[in-house]
Amino acid sequence: MSNSMDNLQKIKNSLKRRSRSETRFRLYGRVAIAIGLAAVLALFVDIVSKGHGAFKATYIQVDVHYDADLLGITSLADESQLMQANWDALTKSALRNKFSEVSGRRDKRQLYKLLSNGTGFDLKEHLVVNPLLLGETESKWLLADDDIDTYYKSWLDGEPYDARLSKKQVEWIDQLHQQGHIRLQLNTNLLTRGDSREPEQAGIYGAVMGSLLTLMLTLMLSFPIGVAAAIYLEEFASKNRFTDFIEVNINNLAAVPSIIFGLLGLAVFINFFHVPRSVPIVGGLVLTLMTLPTIIITSRAAIKSVPPSIREAALGMGASRYQVVLHHVLPLALPGMLTGAIIGMAQALGETAPLLMIGMVAFIVDIPQGFTDPATVLPVQIFLWADSPERAFIEKTSAAIMVLLSFLLIMNISAVWLRKRLERRW
Amino acid sequence: MDSSNLFLLMLALGAVAFYIGRGRSLAIATPLGGIRHLHSLPNYYGLNALLWCALPSLIILVLWLIFDEPVINGIVMGSLPADLAPLTTADYNLLLNKISNLADGIMSSKGQPASLIAVADSMAGLRVISQWVLTALCLILATIGLYWGWYKIAPDFRARQSVEKVMENLLLGCACLAIFTTVGIVFSVLFESIQFFRSVPFFDFVFGLDWSPQTAIREDQVGSSGSFGAVPLFVGTLLISAVAMFVAVPIGLMSAIYLAEYSGKTVRTYAKPALEVLAGVPTVVYGFFAALTVAPFLRDLGADFGLTISSESALAAGLVMGVMIIPFISSLADDVITAVPQSMRDGSLAMGATHSETVRRVVIPAALPGIVAGIMLAISRAIGETMIVVMAAGLAAKLTANPLESVTTVTVQIVTLLTGDQEFDSPKTLAAFALGLMLFTVTLLLNIFALHIVKKYREQYE
Repeated sequence: MSNSMDNLQKIKNSLKRRSRSETRFRLYGRVAIAIGLAAVLALFVDIVSKGHGAFKATYIQVDVHYDADLLGITSLADESQLMQANWDALTKSALRNKFSEVSGRRDKRQLYKLLSNGTGFDLKEHLVVNPLLLGETESKWLLADDDIDTYYKSWLDGEPYDARLSKKQVEWIDQLHQQGHIRLQLNTNLLTRGDSREPEQAGIYGAVMGSLLTLMLTLMLSFPIGVAAAIYLEEFASKNRFTDFIEVNINNLAAVPSIIFGLLGLAVFINFFHVPRSVPIVGGLVLTLMTLPTIIITSRAAIKSVPPSIREAALGMGASRYQVVLHHVLPLALPGMLTGAIIGMAQALGETAPLLMIGMVAFIVDIPQGFTDPATVLPVQIFLWADSPERAFIEKTSAAIMVLLSFLLIMNISAVWLRKRLERRW
Repeated sequence: MDSSNLFLLMLALGAVAFYIGRGRSLAIATPLGGIRHLHSLPNYYGLNALLWCALPSLIILVLWLIFDEPVINGIVMGSLPADLAPLTTADYNLLLNKISNLADGIMSSKGQPASLIAVADSMAGLRVISQWVLTALCLILATIGLYWGWYKIAPDFRARQSVEKVMENLLLGCACLAIFTTVGIVFSVLFESIQFFRSVPFFDFVFGLDWSPQTAIREDQVGSSGSFGAVPLFVGTLLISAVAMFVAVPIGLMSAIYLAEYSGKTVRTYAKPALEVLAGVPTVVYGFFAALTVAPFLRDLGADFGLTISSESALAAGLVMGVMIIPFISSLADDVITAVPQSMRDGSLAMGATHSETVRRVVIPAALPGIVAGIMLAISRAIGETMIVVMAAGLAAKLTANPLESVTTVTVQIVTLLTGDQEFDSPKTLAAFALGLMLFTVTLLLNIFALHIVKKYREQYE
């Protein structure tokens, strides 16, 4: 009797401890999830806070006088004259006119550094489109240099970063600000230009096009091949060692580090088949091999989810096995397969490491037009910019990341939408 | 004819063959009293003609494109006059490139020796001939195939079976691509690695403690030999992976347990996808985050406490990598935890155990094999992760177990050795393939073992 009383007492005593440990365990779970979510939040807040500024660029208003003598040209129709004309003289004289009190070579050189060194070229294009401006004066907003841009933005935010500027330049910017001749404007360069060594002129359009071409090739190759492989494995393959071997291979390839695919591409496509480096074809081929396992696995799952009764009904009506697959299974499994393809493409879009191996890290200014033009892709562009020493590139990199993430977001949302919308529950 | 145009032409001929084949089968069937007198539907006769017409020539086209260039290069370089004959492989490639550029007209022939121009001309001639032979061959094959497909059409010809046989082989070919990829990976890293191990002994590589992979540009350079002891890289990789696992395993596992066992439906529907966002973020973004936000933050934090933390510390790379791996572990663990039969939980609860006791003493032990497998897959991913370490970890190989210092990893070295312009057969580039071989072997073993456990475990409860 007393023994059982003892036990009861023991249990009663232990209850408090046990319920405390229960609460603690729950707390661990909550903390773990909170840390995870905090990491998501920190990542996005960090990127957005660093990158949102890059969608605006600093512009300075000057009066440009399109002086034919200054340019050293006689006619706008002559291409060779346009090539040789001194376009920078336009911006330089405009700046000198604006700050007429500046004298001395050193001061002048600093003055010229207010504007991006690509503005002369911009003025050339502007003048070619509007030939009537020759000999006229026009008030124009011109792109500022990246150091000016960084300073002006940080100054507007209340924490001026003037390490790269001279005292004079800071004064000039103050002066421009008071006159209202310096302002932030939508940065069209970011989305319409290729890469550049000058941060203020650099854009991601070239990289986006490169990504698009590479992804197109990847999709064109990996989707049909992946679906075909999935159909074979699910519908036709007999259960034997060879089929098992294929399956083991697919599962392993899905977990092979992506950089290994880069080594494969380097050794096979570039060194053996002599496909040129840095072109979307090699990138597409490597990414195809990389995304195939994902597409095969999701396609198989989609085929598996089509109920056998549908196959049996079709077979019963006299269809051949291929007719069953092509006319019945495939259309029903297609939404699932497309979802898989989109996920595979999202994976390919964010992939960097294998593309570094096959030389898609080159500095490429031109916008790629086809599968055989040298190109880079968006993630590699991010990698290249992140490595650049110029401070202004940090902002650009974050902005490029924002663009990349929004593409990925769109792809993933459409995958979820597609699944919700088209997938049938049996 | 240009190869891409030839390809399009073959496709067009295939389409023509389809219509001819289909038309002929209909023409044969009509006098007999309709298509029910045919063995297969008219489309199958068309498809059969298409396959006969286009497939052989397309196969020839692809093979030709692959072997065309090496064969021509071999012929041209074999016929070089004695005064041009190159001495080394590097010279050989340089000369080949030069001749090829001359033949393409990319390089001006001005100022080049006459014998070289003659060789280039012969190369250009061979290229033209090759293209013409290819065009002729494809057209002849296509015509023969078209005729054969047309000739075979008869009411009792089993066109559907014939087409389906070809299709089955095509499908099988696609499925075999996975095998080819694996074989390709193994061979490409193995061949280069064997070459590497000829100049650097295998055991010096695997057990060597010093990694400084520079090779001499001149013979008499100081420290020209370069040393390829990979132990510092292995240690660096393991150190960063260990930090990552230290972050990812507890957080991933606890969130999986909480989401699977405790949380209400609303929390689960929102928190799970939110965590999985982390899995969809490209690694280059994590790399940027690690290098520009986490590393400086840790360095400043360390400075406040009087610690010197390198700005390329293993800690920063490892922490961010851990964050990347959280969703990987949590979703795998979630799968195995939810697969544990409810009856086991009910049994434990009925015996008076609390919820957490049930989880710790019953559910987790039952799910352990799956969890272990998931962790192994996560380790294999951490070892092979490239961009985070390339951007946030160091380049200098240091043998240390201190996560506050800068270390380098296998993947970082592969990237540094292979980006940039080197000759392909210097030990420096070959070393990258040897490292790739190590990486591939280790991750493969981890994966096979983990998949084996998962499979075995799955069978247990099914």
